[in-house]
Amino acid sequence: MTSTLGRIAGLMLLAAWVATGVSPGPAAAEELRIGFLAPMTGPFAQIGRDMSNGFEMYVDEVKGDFAGARVTFILEDGQGKPPVNVLKAEKLIRQDKVHMFIGGLLASTGYALAPVSTREKVVYIPSIPAADDLTQRDLGKYPYVVRTGWTSSQPNHPFGQWACEQGYKRIAAIAADYAFGYEVVGGFQKAFEDCGGKVVQKIWPPINTKDFGPYLPTIKRDVDAIFTLMVGPMSLQFPKQLAAAGIKKPVLGGGTSYDEFVLPSMGDEVLGHVSALQYSAALDTPKNAAFVKKYREKYGKVPSYYSESNYTTAQMIHEVMKRTQGKWPGAQEFVKLLSAVKVDAVRGPVALDEMRNPVQNVYIKKVERKKMHGFGQDELWNTVIKTYPNVGQFWTYGKEAFLKQPVYSRDYPPCRYCE
Amino acid sequence: MDFWLIQIFNGVSYGALLFLVASGLSLIFGVMRIVNLSHGSYFLLGGYVALSVIWTTGSWALAIPVAALVIAVVGLLVERVFLRPLGATPLRQVLLTVGFAFLFQQAALDIWGGDNLDIAPPEALTRSVTAGGLYFPLYRVFMIALAAAIGVSLWLIMERTRLGAAVRATVDDAQMAAGVGIDTSRISMLVFALGAFLAAVGGVIGGAFLGIYPGLDFEILPIAFAVVIIGGMGSLTGAAIGSVVVGLADNFGKALFPEISYFTLYAPMVLILAVKPTGLFGRG
Amino acid sequence: MLIVIGAAAALAIVVPQTNSFVVLLVTRALVFAILAMSLDILLGFTGLPSLGQAAYLGVGAYLTAILATEYQIGLGGSFWLVVVLGMLMGAATAAFFGLFAIRATGVYFLMITLALGQCVWGLAYRWNSLTGGDNGINIPRRPDFGFQLGSRDVTYFYVVFAFFVASLLVMHVLIRSPFGRSLEGIRERELRMRILGYNTWLHKYLAFVVAGGFGGLAGVLWAHANGHVSPEDVVLTTSVDALLMVVLGGSGTLVGGAIGAGIVILLREYLSTLIPWWQYVLGGVYVLTILYLPGGLMGIPAQLRRRSAPSGRPEEAKKLASAPH
Repeated sequence: MTSTLGRIAGLMLLAAWVATGVSPGPAAAEELRIGFLAPMTGPFAQIGRDMSNGFEMYVDEVKGDFAGARVTFILEDGQGKPPVNVLKAEKLIRQDKVHMFIGGLLASTGYALAPVSTREKVVYIPSIPAADDLTQRDLGKYPYVVRTGWTSSQPNHPFGQWACEQGYKRIAAIAADYAFGYEVVGGFQKAFEDCGGKVVQKIWPPINTKDFGPYLPTIKRDVDAIFTLMVGPMSLQFPKQLAAAGIKKPVLGGGTSYDEFVLPSMGDEVLGHVSALQYSAALDTPKNAAFVKKYREKYGKVPSYYSESNYTTAQMIHEVMKRTQGKWPGAQEFVKLLSAVKVDAVRGPVALDEMRNPVQNVYIKKVERKKMHGFGQDELWNTVIKTYPNVGQFWTYGKEAFLKQPVYSRDYPPCRYCE
Repeated sequence: MDFWLIQIFNGVSYGALLFLVASGLSLIFGVMRIVNLSHGSYFLLGGYVALSVIWTTGSWALAIPVAALVIAVVGLLVERVFLRPLGATPLRQVLLTVGFAFLFQQAALDIWGGDNLDIAPPEALTRSVTAGGLYFPLYRVFMIALAAAIGVSLWLIMERTRLGAAVRATVDDAQMAAGVGIDTSRISMLVFALGAFLAAVGGVIGGAFLGIYPGLDFEILPIAFAVVIIGGMGSLTGAAIGSVVVGLADNFGKALFPEISYFTLYAPMVLILAVKPTGLFGRG
Repeated sequence: MLIVIGAAAALAIVVPQTNSFVVLLVTRALVFAILAMSLDILLGFTGLPSLGQAAYLGVGAYLTAILATEYQIGLGGSFWLVVVLGMLMGAATAAFFGLFAIRATGVYFLMITLALGQCVWGLAYRWNSLTGGDNGINIPRRPDFGFQLGSRDVTYFYVVFAFFVASLLVMHVLIRSPFGRSLEGIRERELRMRILGYNTWLHKYLAFVVAGGFGGLAGVLWAHANGHVSPEDVVLTTSVDALLMVVLGGSGTLVGGAIGAGIVILLREYLSTLIPWWQYVLGGVYVLTILYLPGGLMGIPAQLRRRSAPSGRPEEAKKLASAPH
């Protein structure tokens, strides 16, 4: 009798134990698979590191939890070569089944990756590639692309106007010979000439030029300033060689020429050089100061715009996931939601225009040697000397008028005042 | 006129750098009949080692010989351990050097990271001399002077010493040289090490000028080949003339015909090879 | 021979069952196999080491891309026409380059083909108006073949596979023909062939042109496999990789090139996604193959046989000794 009672009691205890222990807990968090393409080897390896560090820093801050979705971050090395990026994107999509892929570095990579997103119906966020047409004339081809970075010409429109306001009348341009170079110079030239200035010369050294010997002597001597756009290793060598050749004109640069990815390695030859971009590590806001200090402590160097752009991209994705309570809404819905996001980012307020490109502050910045953000030593910083708020990709031209003109290229705007 | 003078000066200084890289390549080819596709790696590694020396000792002047010697030793080891056993099979030796190029590239990335680095020369060399209203960066003058000094030393060794004679004999006809009692395998080893040595010096010197970064090894390689092919394989004089020719052609090509600037470099190379497969001053 | 057929059949059946990334990889490997085999005709059978095969791949690929984007040719039934045009362009380029190259032998041939390859790269890189410069050209979509075998990727895999098998067969027939035999004779002892009255220059030239034609075919297929053509496709490393593929697989075996292609593509494109230090493996493979596998992978059975029968099999020993010059 007792043994039967004992058995029933035991069974009931067992049932109770099973009920409490094995009963399903809260629903398992959904996984958000994010693919990331950046050059981890090759001449742009340093930039690739900045890109992935920026993104990962944000993910770490929220402990990998985007409003309930668990972030899985998969990094692939694109080596800075478009065909490799395309292959790695295919791998991320087909093998790793990512929900979205982010990154790429050069404009050429952006142009190669965008069709992949359309073909495979997967979201692509070019956080760095600034090729204008991705969110302009080619937008219709790429319904799954949302850009969180900038267009090459975007900061250079206000920059052209600023240059004109400084009193510069004649400018010679020397820029890397590829799409990014053309669009940066193009934006600057259009605004500068619309204001009354003249671009009297355009020189295009190929993208992996290290020896600027052939080009420097051809720069006209009677210009008021020189406008340059350099990327990667070129950014480091050009100002040195310019100074060594005895050229003392004021220098204006495209945003990447003096960005913090290369600034620490530069010397006094760049003091006083002015550039324009939507970010500077010297931006004197509490949010940026905290960002810079944290980044420097974690990675041992000052963040560049490459870091900030990806940090903010992560932040924007998080905002979308908050709206969907951590559930992946499908590619098309995600694109819609991301396009509607407004954030108070490290670089300032960021919202996307109707063509899925950011509207943001543009900072005119000048290289100075000083102490900043409470760091003890004198270093080179891009001090912000003027802010243009709410700059979109079309500047003051209006979308229709702007899209009617051809994309900025080697020959557009035409060099009307070239001698 | 100013334009031409500066361009010529720039072209010659670039040629000086190329001479350092190409002379070693040319000698290695002449003596061993090997196309050393890892030559660019020695150039890059030379720059990296120099940086390490500068970081630890702060001395740029010390960095040059130390880096060069270290890389020479590396070259020596590669030759003795890997190339020698292959005997006289040029294709396999070529592929072996390619394999090493990949290994070196990865090793450099692991040791020194992916940053774009820069070798800062002493302050004195960063100034410019003015002559006739034109600016001549002192560093470029230094490059020309150094290359000339090394070129002359090499020439003296080749023409005036027994060792040099042995090397020249091996270049002309390795079998005969061995027949006469010259230790051709030791000559091969020394020449390979010398080639690596010169490439490394090029890397240190070029580092201030081109920067040091991953990928530089494969970027400098085709240009060095252009020099060797045009100047002639196995000939020091050829390397010197070829360097100046390529330096000038590259310079003027980029300044005057930027659209086809790479073509202006490689097309003459093809033409010369078509007419004289051994290059302008080539032997063998 | 049976093994080859069996392996090929297995490939055709198994691969489409795997995930779509593997299908893509194998497709790319098959395209490169065609390039490698074309190089084997030159290297393995004629004794001409070419470091510029990527040029013909580039010519075929860019032709395809330009026709597709500028003239809308090649995306439908005209695809087959583009294939023919690609082969002709490859052959024509080789015909032109051959005039410069065939005068040289051995290492000089290596150098001049390197230079020619670089010329093509330089043009692809700088001739912006034609090639799009370093932006490359995006091909909107794969062609409509008029039939579907599973997904788009699998359909394309079968198309490429068919071309691979066809190329292998054609090249096999070529090698076995009197023309092919003469090529081998030239590889062994050119002087003797000339004394015997053969026009060795013409033989070598024709081999070069044929190799160029197949290179062009590989280019057309490559363009559609990627959907994108860029100067990076014709860079020196591509030609070097092709050479490795042949040597790794075993030169003078034709199929060796295909095996080599599979391994190198696997290393470059798959291993690189798994470990960051994949270049050590790639470099290591180069070095170890050269040192220990003179006959490549296909030569292993012969090497083993030679090892176990030291009493001498003169034909094997001679074959190994005369392998890659």
